[in-house]
Amino acid sequence: MLIAFYIAAAVAVLATVVAITRRHAVHALLYLIISLLAVAVVFYVIGAPFLAALELIIYAGAIMVLFLFVVMMLNVGDHAMEVETTWLKPGVWAWPSGLATILFGELIFVTLHVTPTPGALHVVTPKEIGIALFGPYAIAVELASLLLMSGLVGAYHLGRRVSREEERISAGTDAARAEPGGDPVRAGSDRTSHAA
Amino acid sequence: MLNLAVILFALGLIGLLTRRNLIFTLMSVEVMLNAAGLAFVAGSYQWGKPDGQVMFLFILAMAAAEVSVGLALLLQFHRREPTLDSDTASEMKG
Repeated sequence: MLIAFYIAAAVAVLATVVAITRRHAVHALLYLIISLLAVAVVFYVIGAPFLAALELIIYAGAIMVLFLFVVMMLNVGDHAMEVETTWLKPGVWAWPSGLATILFGELIFVTLHVTPTPGALHVVTPKEIGIALFGPYAIAVELASLLLMSGLVGAYHLGRRVSREEERISAGTDAARAEPGGDPVRAGSDRTSHAA
Repeated sequence: MLNLAVILFALGLIGLLTRRNLIFTLMSVEVMLNAAGLAFVAGSYQWGKPDGQVMFLFILAMAAAEVSVGLALLLQFHRREPTLDSDTASEMKG
């Protein structure tokens, strides 16, 4: 079981490294799915089979499909690859990696000082999770449903197509805004327009 | 196990700080949330209690809500500007 854990952990880390360095969004998504599958194996090994199934269904299933739909709707072509290449110079990685490595070192230091005493493997069944979920955590379940509801409404509101009338109004205000010459708000906007 | 969560969290942080493409930014946030959930499940394993796994369920619900709103925002943004550069967002007005 320990070997399975280490293999899955190595796969998860490698797949995540590859996922955040890919230029193509779909390739990165596929590697991220591999990473999530490996994390699901880790869950299974440490006695959380229910969560392993949920990780597969919700993370690797629903959320990644959502990402895939958006990538398909945006329809970024070959042009996007060139743009990514110009954005993703090797030097860009230096500072973020350094800062994250400092944080990583600190967290490892902290976790090493917690002397873990793992007992016998206790497989938490779905029944136990359900009892805990609707016993002491009932309020949190209600809050989560509230959060999901607000997420649903927010996503619907943001994702709707702009009606023709609203479009006309916004176009009118845009034209009015663009009219005065030397608009200070727009100054510097040509800085990024070449990348577009 | 906690070390794996820390490694994944740090990787997500690197991705979040480095990438300019908004899709990759959201993906890095997902990696970080997943790592946080893994830490909770590790705690659940440590003490043999279901509480950590319940917390992971809440993180899952939160991640689903976050990613749906984030992707809807991204679509709306892409409709206004034909780019996914997060720097362009600093030039929005109104």
